[in-house]
Amino acid sequence: MNSATGITTTGDIVLELSYLVAALLFVYGLKQLSHPETARRGSRWAAGAMFLAMVTTALLHRNAEGNPIEIQNLIIIILAVTIGAVVGWIVSRKVKMTAMPQLVSLFNASGGAASALVALLEFPNAIAGDLFSMLVPVLGLLIGAVAFSGSVIAFGKLDDRIGDIRAGYMKYVNLALLIATLVFAGWLVFSGIAPAELIWAIWVLFALALIYGVSFVMPIGGADMPVVISLLNSLTGIAAAMAGFIYSNQAMILGGILVGAAGMILTFLMCEAMNRSLLNVLVGAFGGGGAAVDRDMGIMKEITVSDAAVLLNYSQKVVVIPGYGLAVAQAQHIAHELDTLLESRGVSVRYAIHPVAGRMPGHMNVLLAEADVPYDKLVEMDHINPDMPNVDVAIVIGANDVVNPAAYDDPSSPIYGMPIIDAHLAKNIIVMKRGAGKGYAGIENFLFFNDKTRMFYGNAKDSLQKLAAEIKNM
Amino acid sequence: MEQILYSLFEYKEAIFIIALSIFLGIEVISNVPSVLHTPLMSGANAISGVIIIGGIILVGHADLTRLSLELVLGILALFFGTLNVVGGFAVTDRMLEMFKKKKPQKAN
Repeated sequence: MNSATGITTTGDIVLELSYLVAALLFVYGLKQLSHPETARRGSRWAAGAMFLAMVTTALLHRNAEGNPIEIQNLIIIILAVTIGAVVGWIVSRKVKMTAMPQLVSLFNASGGAASALVALLEFPNAIAGDLFSMLVPVLGLLIGAVAFSGSVIAFGKLDDRIGDIRAGYMKYVNLALLIATLVFAGWLVFSGIAPAELIWAIWVLFALALIYGVSFVMPIGGADMPVVISLLNSLTGIAAAMAGFIYSNQAMILGGILVGAAGMILTFLMCEAMNRSLLNVLVGAFGGGGAAVDRDMGIMKEITVSDAAVLLNYSQKVVVIPGYGLAVAQAQHIAHELDTLLESRGVSVRYAIHPVAGRMPGHMNVLLAEADVPYDKLVEMDHINPDMPNVDVAIVIGANDVVNPAAYDDPSSPIYGMPIIDAHLAKNIIVMKRGAGKGYAGIENFLFFNDKTRMFYGNAKDSLQKLAAEIKNM
Repeated sequence: MEQILYSLFEYKEAIFIIALSIFLGIEVISNVPSVLHTPLMSGANAISGVIIIGGIILVGHADLTRLSLELVLGILALFFGTLNVVGGFAVTDRMLEMFKKKKPQKAN
């Protein structure tokens, strides 16, 4: 950096070292973040590293002519950062835990926008003919813009402001758009034309990337959002890394790629939990159907509040299987009330958490933690399944596909092969559901027609409240 | 072709860093319990706000004598970057705080 002046000052050295320290702290922080005991400390280390890098940049950075940042510019920087920080802080304090996926999408969108803008503004400084210096801002712009518009759409979907476009032709539209965008980007990089004459083209690329981001997330269903958020998160990291190459900045490069790689891993973990390939999620081939309709399913049997209360009160082992319906109804607090009530009657209550329950990986854990459900009551799928036959009552609250036995025995079902929680093995099953309709994916759930299953219709929160009141009176 | 080879050689260190960071990212994240997926994602998301350094450099050396599109976009980038960083870390901390609360209960 600052090689144009040829003189390296102590300030330059301190600046470079601070980036190095920040980069290492990002790695350390992320490592800590992945263990429950140290997670909070890890997040704080990473935040501290970010603060360090910001301060040293503002104080010590010099441009190609060797000029430091002027005081007037510094004031503008401080103003912009303060406004951003205040808005970010307020939003993050006010948001409900159920809205966490939306918020992460929004923050991700703003990160993507920042990367795209930085790449856009730095593009004119690239050197024609130097592939790498052309490639880096072009990729940064492309990826940042897709992450931005894609995240905005993901936010809209999670917040129920935008519906799905599930038309089959979207596949081809997307493919055509992607190819057009990539070819255009390739031309930009390889044309050899000076960037100063390509300003119009970089704006066209910006527009193309924004449109692609929208059309790429549009057909993907709400149930697949965990995968999409994770993927977009990863893209933002890569975009930041690209900007890091523009400035040869280690903190940005390492931080960005670290996030990119971590996001990719999470994305694949999510896909694995749904037994689908990433391509399958992106193309949006998920849907109703299968030969399931031909099967004799029997009838769904309802249960009254008092019967359900009696059943639960005289059980020994109860497992609650929460799904997105619980989150939507904000029923996590009342669910915890019910489990403490049952525990006080000597019933053991545990929660079985499917990896993709909720609308974001691990979302259900956060919601239940918010409601003060102790850590050790949350059991992961692989640990609860072997014990399922010993469970007296499994209460399925607003979950559907993650307990559908078709995943085991119906090769024609779209979810065949997906790991599920074995609710059907429990001695009794109570399913709390809004109505008798199919779930999001439009697949019939044989669990609901099982002889051991009783349906409890209604909003999850109301149903749980009624149930808790009934048990209290016993 | 020669141009591509030359670029690869010129930026071999960058490529080296990319490759190693990818392995590092995979290594650091693997085996993370699903309890932490959401906080991890929002924490990682906050780290990707490191783009804010680019915003500081852009606005820091911007020409203030006239109001240009570059200046406005740069300030916008800075604002978005900070939103990402501060909001991301704040919300991650808030989530992890809820997890932490459970510890005394667990000991009982």
